[in-house]
Amino acid sequence: MKLHPLRLGYVPLTDAAPLIVAQELGFAAEEGLDLDLVRLGSWAQSRDYLAAGAVDAAHMLLPMPIAQRLGLGPAMPDLDLVMILSQGGQAIAVSVALAEAMRAGGHGFDFSDARAAGASLRMAARRLRVGVPFAFSTHAELVWHWLLASGFAVDEVEVRTVPPPRMAEALAAGEVDAACVGEPWASVAVETGAGVLLLPGRAIWASAPEKGLVLRHDFAEAQAEVTGRLMRAVWRAGRWLDEPGNRGTAAELLARPACLDLTSELTERGLSGRFVISPAGELREAPGFIRFHAGAATFPWRSIAALFAGRMARRFGLDLDSAMRRATACFRTDLYRLHLRAAGADLPGASAKIEGAMQHAHAVASESGRMILHPDAFFDGHIFDPASLPR
Amino acid sequence: MTERLTIVVVEEDAERALRIVDGLREAGGHEILVISEPAGLARRIAERSPDIVLIDAGNPSRDVLEELALASGPMERPVAMFVDRSDEALTRAAIEAGVSAYVVDGLRADRIKPILDAAVARFHLFQRMRAELAATRAALEERKVIDRAKAILMKARGIGEEEAYALLRKTAMDQGRRMADIAQQLVMAAGLLT
Repeated sequence: MKLHPLRLGYVPLTDAAPLIVAQELGFAAEEGLDLDLVRLGSWAQSRDYLAAGAVDAAHMLLPMPIAQRLGLGPAMPDLDLVMILSQGGQAIAVSVALAEAMRAGGHGFDFSDARAAGASLRMAARRLRVGVPFAFSTHAELVWHWLLASGFAVDEVEVRTVPPPRMAEALAAGEVDAACVGEPWASVAVETGAGVLLLPGRAIWASAPEKGLVLRHDFAEAQAEVTGRLMRAVWRAGRWLDEPGNRGTAAELLARPACLDLTSELTERGLSGRFVISPAGELREAPGFIRFHAGAATFPWRSIAALFAGRMARRFGLDLDSAMRRATACFRTDLYRLHLRAAGADLPGASAKIEGAMQHAHAVASESGRMILHPDAFFDGHIFDPASLPR
Repeated sequence: MTERLTIVVVEEDAERALRIVDGLREAGGHEILVISEPAGLARRIAERSPDIVLIDAGNPSRDVLEELALASGPMERPVAMFVDRSDEALTRAAIEAGVSAYVVDGLRADRIKPILDAAVARFHLFQRMRAELAATRAALEERKVIDRAKAILMKARGIGEEEAYALLRKTAMDQGRRMADIAQQLVMAAGLLT
């Protein structure tokens, strides 16, 4: 059978794994697709190439298609997020100098308690400059949420963009005091002696959704059949990635020169959740550091779109209701249901939920009866109720 | 006479930057500045308050420019995206050449076009050179592997160079694979056995 070629843009990060696995392990071929994986250098490039049709689909920061719908990016065709690719996968690192100040204040660097880490950081620093990979990123939202809930005022925090491959250098040079960045770049900061890992992103928000599979709205509509095949291939790759025995193989795949070009020892840390958190070699475990499938991790809850849109609207002074309405339209729960039902994905009864309410795994109604959702709590008990959402 | 524009080129490679500047000079008498240091990029650009910023589309520092475009108020010479513009052919040419441009809002399209055309031409040239370099490197690498495989066969089987080459070629043809792949496997297997 002749395979249908599809060009997929990705930025070299651990969480590009579902796309790479889909092609390399044959999930794409099973759906009759041949994925041409185009390695991109920046998120802006991913967005522009997708809009111009230079790639057919892209690995993208989840808030980016929302920002486009809110008019915060350049004028271009609408983008749709058809499924979430990963949850978690980010880590917060602090500079060596700041880590020393925190240790002097008695902080134990347990790599799990966001409340204690926030309090210690507040004691050690009056002002903070934090590097994130892009203005519209889960990283930026995690940092703002965590620091404001830890006693920092808005004008005491500066969140600025630092490209992930430069994050270690920026920490070392004192351009930023802390960073929130996806693996493997947080571990690279530790390896180069530039930083100490303080928290996994999931310590701030247990279900923090991170990347999405994003297509042009007109492409997803006009080429519905191909879109469905791509979604099924990527969904099966995510399922494969969440089987515990496969993470080592995934680390090897990602380490290759064509992907991340790092040692597999380094790419394995994020995938296994076993971290070296400081240049001195302290070890910490972060179970479930990154998820690609379990607990309906890939379902594009409309409540997540509304949550991000609400936060962005407040920051940029936009109308809240209209922002949430426009954002929820680009999270395609309808396509997810349509295309993934055939692959055997269990589908939740509702397309929105209260975000942050689950401290423990929780069973909800689904098309097959019951399905288990994983904890989605914020460290400070914050709850987002999308009750005002247009249905 | 039209007012001179200030153009900033963000490029770490000194030789590349020089060639781009040469290309832009031909497009008119503008002031052209090069920033080669990625550290503190936002500040460096703000200090120069350029009308146009040119940067490789794949340069990770592009995302810093995105933030700059977002943060600038109307009074601070906003840096806006060029894909906003309606010139689709130019957009496509820029994407193919791998160049991205940020221009001050309100700058007239007829002033931007000659500069972007010149940039696109230069970036195209680099892309071709880069592709050629990669192809040459790969070919060289393959030749080295084939030479090593030949040497292993000559030693192990006590045969001459031509015979070793013929054996490699026949095996590749029989298996429907490339000679370089067969050679790579042989070299790896030999490495494991010794």
